[in-house]
Amino acid sequence: MRIARNWRTRQQRYSLVGEVCTQCGHKIFPPRDVCPHCTQPAQLPYALSGRGEVFSYTTMTSAPQGFEEYLPYTVALVKLEEGPMLTAQLTDVDPDEVRIGMPVEMVTRKIREDGEAGQILYGYKFRPLLERQTAT
Amino acid sequence: MNDRSTADTSVLLKPDREVGIVGYGAYVPRYRLPAAEISRIWKGGQESGLPVKEKAVPGLDEDTATMSIEAARNSLARAGIDPQAIRAVWVGSESHPYAVKPTSTIVAEAIGATPGVQAADWEFACKAGTEAIVACIGLVGSGMARYALAIGADTAQGRPGDELEYTAAAGGAAYLIGPAGESLAVFEGCYSYVTDTPDFWRRPHMHYPSHGYRFTGEPAYFHHIVSAAETLLSALGRRPADYRYAVFHQPNTKFPQRVAERLGFQPEQIETGLLVPFIGNTYAGSSLIGLSAVLDEAQPGDRVLLVSFGSGAGSDAFSLQVTERIVERRDRAPRTRDYIRRRQEIDYGTYVRYRRKLHTH
Amino acid sequence: MRDVSIIGIGQTPVGELWDKSLRHLAHDAVVAAMRDAGIERADALYVGNMLSGELAEQEHLGALIADFVGLRGIEAFKIEAACGSGAAALRLGYMAVAGGLHDLVIVCGVEKMTDAPGADTTSALALAADQEYEVTHGLSFVALNALLMRRYMHEYNVPHSAFAGFSVNAHRNGAGNPNAMFQSPITAAAYQQAAMIADPINLMDSSPICDGAAAVVLVPSDWAGHGRGAVRILASASATDSLAIHDRRDPLFLEAAYLSSQKAYRQAGVTPADIDLFELHDAFSIMSALSLEATGFARRGEGVRWAEDDGARIAIDGELPISTMGGLKARGHPVGATGVYQVVEVVQQLRGEAGVNQVRDARIGMAQNIGGSGATVITHILAAE
Repeated sequence: MRIARNWRTRQQRYSLVGEVCTQCGHKIFPPRDVCPHCTQPAQLPYALSGRGEVFSYTTMTSAPQGFEEYLPYTVALVKLEEGPMLTAQLTDVDPDEVRIGMPVEMVTRKIREDGEAGQILYGYKFRPLLERQTAT
Repeated sequence: MNDRSTADTSVLLKPDREVGIVGYGAYVPRYRLPAAEISRIWKGGQESGLPVKEKAVPGLDEDTATMSIEAARNSLARAGIDPQAIRAVWVGSESHPYAVKPTSTIVAEAIGATPGVQAADWEFACKAGTEAIVACIGLVGSGMARYALAIGADTAQGRPGDELEYTAAAGGAAYLIGPAGESLAVFEGCYSYVTDTPDFWRRPHMHYPSHGYRFTGEPAYFHHIVSAAETLLSALGRRPADYRYAVFHQPNTKFPQRVAERLGFQPEQIETGLLVPFIGNTYAGSSLIGLSAVLDEAQPGDRVLLVSFGSGAGSDAFSLQVTERIVERRDRAPRTRDYIRRRQEIDYGTYVRYRRKLHTH
Repeated sequence: MRDVSIIGIGQTPVGELWDKSLRHLAHDAVVAAMRDAGIERADALYVGNMLSGELAEQEHLGALIADFVGLRGIEAFKIEAACGSGAAALRLGYMAVAGGLHDLVIVCGVEKMTDAPGADTTSALALAADQEYEVTHGLSFVALNALLMRRYMHEYNVPHSAFAGFSVNAHRNGAGNPNAMFQSPITAAAYQQAAMIADPINLMDSSPICDGAAAVVLVPSDWAGHGRGAVRILASASATDSLAIHDRRDPLFLEAAYLSSQKAYRQAGVTPADIDLFELHDAFSIMSALSLEATGFARRGEGVRWAEDDGARIAIDGELPISTMGGLKARGHPVGATGVYQVVEVVQQLRGEAGVNQVRDARIGMAQNIGGSGATVITHILAAE
């Protein structure tokens, strides 16, 4: 695992800190410093809500190195309510329950471990909205 | 119940400035392993005398850091404060993901509290979380900090086949401590009772803890909780009847029921916070999740007694009074029972895999 | 600018070539192309390759291969654009000849994938995607295409079985190509029953991991008379999009494929209606549908209709023959070599040397090579002299 690379992006990975374009107002995630909508510089940090919906998904039954122990897991394109789309794992959900359009919310989870002695990589995943009973 | 301190208010841990809970939040993972399923594997399916109904099991991608982050976010949502105003993030656990490297820095970064913040991990078996609360009370009560965050969370492991396997569970709760004038519940006083009592321990590099079997009961759990609770009540001039709710550490269903009875509390007073039958013993999270379940229901003016227990051994006892702020804040985040209702039952094989008890090399 | 022609082609069989190393594969293709062109020297060698560093533990392929094929001393280097590396090398050679920098250029695409364990290969292929924002979340390259396919099926209300014709057509054509990895036809039923890799992508939606090398020899068209069966490059055009699918304006539209094909059509002075055959990048069956839409052969959501009736309209005798020698699906997809294979096969068709797979009266052929899930797209249009 590349220690510095993960460290540099910790805020975006832990808590979806993206950017907002001061020119056209678009919210940007992942952060990219140049607004993809108006190509103006956009480096103002902006914390996204983490709420969105599943745009597409697939369940992995064979995994790249480092992810074998988590199989089977579901990955998705998630459209955030502020506009940007991102790629992430879904968690706390059975693959059969996932649907396009399903509302999801961001949680910070373990992405993977670099073996038993190595670092633990944390980052955003998405789960179905927690059902809440507000009044009893 | 020997050599207890008498009604001496000087034993109370009480800060100069009034301090309370500004926000709180719980987290319980989704998976449940029924005790009957463990019994099926190890006892041929005997169902009588099981210590809990089922226990909460973390997913493959969960650990004390991730559970702490979610609980902390819930506490922040209720408090509605800027995380940059937090001056301490203290995580109590016996299952920190790293032996060396703080859980608290991960949590502090994830909730946006870095970099102007104290961060440390606390360890005192099942009372590491309440230790952190006492420290937060001191930090805020002295005026050093406006807000400090204390978390108790664990992904506890019991040796396969051991009696602790039925109860060793995962979950946690976070408490944002701040000025009483902003709090949804105010600390009226607290008291810590500690002795060197070896009832339960885990040596370095050991995966599973060891324990003293029946020695964990009278000289450990009961003695420390009763001593701490009676001293606090006495120092505050309170009786059990003054409390709407009481929460005691919950290693199994019976112990908190018995200790409540011994102290003179009625079953209705502990019922709301008694979650162990449904989620197991979440160790450093145990009494703190009980308290969060109580705060989910409590009304302004209600008093709550909280007494933790940590092996080794000690108890922290707290007397709290709920304020009117509870009403508007409690539904800013999921309630404890929202997490408990989110339930996916698993079998022993899945549990063995999720808890990494399978050796694949 | 000078016009550029291909005067020689060479290719190795595609498959699990256990007794061939990367350098031997490149050697076989380059030597075959030089022999085909009737040349003994060259000014430069450009090598298209994606994964030699990861899977063959060898970089610096330009000098390595130039030396190994007996061309020590000439200009040579490797160019990488993921699965689009082969066409990128061809475009580099085209620019060198068209710009007058070189007169005689060899372009070789080569990939040696099978020496590495499968998990290494899976991880290596994912290098084509965005490491920090796609791959870091545990996605494989197949998974990214599965996300596209699932969304396509959802948005256009298309069942998985609708894609069968792409695979059936590719295998039908592979059966007529002695260099193809798979030379047996399959049925639509077999397509439906194939093992799932990443739902909805199954084994029959997906091109195989394999080894192979292909090469072409480029000269100014003025010289082409010296070679045998010269084929003119009417257009060479490339375009880019974001690496990550989530960063695209519309994930179901291959913007770079659109841009590069539009540039190519303009350069060549042709329209889609003029194209007699199309070697598209069918790494996954969803890519066939998306490519046909982006290149103007189908409206949005209708690319998959070309697969109807076991791909009758895309067959050798169909309206628009595609994957005429098996495509990536059946000929095989030795990633960095694929773009050169596509062009070699178009040349075979335009020369009338495609054997039982010969497209009748083939005059203009198009090859489109895609890097990643659509981030680099390179289009070449070729015509018989």
